[in-house]
Amino acid sequence: MSGVAVTKGNPTPGTNDALVVLKGVNKHFGALHVLQDINLTISRGEVVVVIGPSGSGKSTLCRAINRLEAIDSGEIAIDGRPLPAEGRELAALRADVGMVFQSFNLFAHMTVLRNVMLGQIKVRKKDKKEAEERARSLLERVGVTTQADKYPAQLSGGQQQRVAIARALAMEPKVMLFDEPTSALDPEMINEVLEVMQQLARDGMTMVVVTHEMGFARSAANRVVFMADGRIVEETTPDQFFTNPRSDRAKDFLSKILHH
Amino acid sequence: MREIVFDFLEGYDLLGAFWVTVQLTVYSAVGSLIWGTLLAAMRASPVPLMRGFGAGYVNVVRNIPLTVIIVFTSLGLFQTLGVSLGADDFKTINFRLAVLGMIAYTSAFVCEALRSGINTVPVGQSEAARAIGLSFPQVLSLIVLPQAFRSVVGPLANVLIALTKNTTVAAAIGVAEAATLMREMIENEAQLILISAIFALGFICLTLPTGLLLGWVSKKVAVRR
Repeated sequence: MSGVAVTKGNPTPGTNDALVVLKGVNKHFGALHVLQDINLTISRGEVVVVIGPSGSGKSTLCRAINRLEAIDSGEIAIDGRPLPAEGRELAALRADVGMVFQSFNLFAHMTVLRNVMLGQIKVRKKDKKEAEERARSLLERVGVTTQADKYPAQLSGGQQQRVAIARALAMEPKVMLFDEPTSALDPEMINEVLEVMQQLARDGMTMVVVTHEMGFARSAANRVVFMADGRIVEETTPDQFFTNPRSDRAKDFLSKILHH
Repeated sequence: MREIVFDFLEGYDLLGAFWVTVQLTVYSAVGSLIWGTLLAAMRASPVPLMRGFGAGYVNVVRNIPLTVIIVFTSLGLFQTLGVSLGADDFKTINFRLAVLGMIAYTSAFVCEALRSGINTVPVGQSEAARAIGLSFPQVLSLIVLPQAFRSVVGPLANVLIALTKNTTVAAAIGVAEAATLMREMIENEAQLILISAIFALGFICLTLPTGLLLGWVSKKVAVRR
């Protein structure tokens, strides 16, 4: 159980504590309406887990927050600033938003250490020595110190994903987005990644986690957002969601995944 | 025996001619690599005007025969427009014009080889790069192009070999490279087959090691995924 299990409930949009605010967000892929009038506010220090069936739009929601997917209408603001259009300002904002991908996406032509140093040097303009020190301490934090000089392809999936988390943390982000971080992992490697994420949550990092890991949702989340067919169907505490879901859609979803 | 057969070589600067071929190749290769990379960057860029220019350039230039381009540099650029590229003797002017023409032509092929390399880089690589706040030029120069180059060393070796042989077109504007000497020798000597064989061998000596070396480099730098 996480140490910050103080449940914050649903903070009202516009409070000082709001770090990520989505208002009336819509997104289409051709004829498919993948995000339908999404309103969501994530407070500083909050861990929000987004769950739902495949194709419900949860990954798109996650990617929209740092504009890897552009939205059709609505507003997204991070720390009070609306998401800028493509360009220098957007790059600056993305540096403040850490992202961890399903397929790790470590830079394949660079060593693990270089992967974690790159953003610090090129975006944060730190000098090499300082960047390397921070990179090494982050690699230690995620438990892959001995792999620092290897290339990503030489690491296991779990190790790669932990390096990817270190790479995102190196930017000192205000919020971390996790887009199904354990979905591409062998079962025995899922826990090592979840443990790193649990630790992050305990340390007070603001996190948006799209996942199928119900155990993680139960233990680390302050709030569960359940999505289906491009809408937020239910938004509540993990306890409430898993023991007493209100919507039929959520009941149906849980009945399919929990009884094995 | 040997002296009698190869007698006719006396008085011809075979090495000198091939040295000019090598120089043409090296200058043109470096220039095409730079200009071709810029063209590929333009074609991958989000700016429509740049994409349009890159696509237009490649599609026009690669469809014009090299001979036409080389002759144009001499007749059009130099004799009509007076572009002499900072040289004042004909030998240097023609050499530089030939290099310019070679670069203009070969860069279109370098660009297309590189572009196919860019397509081998998974989209997640540039997404991850954008996600840590790198700008478009940084994403391209730090993440995408280094990986693209590694995957197209083989195709670029083909372009380089083609370029080496294409330098013979510079004979059309009187650059004293290997093909110019070959023509001169064929006119003067009664050794058609032998002369052709010597020049063929000369080019193989240049291109075969290039291909082997770059084939080795290609394996060496391949990105493991």
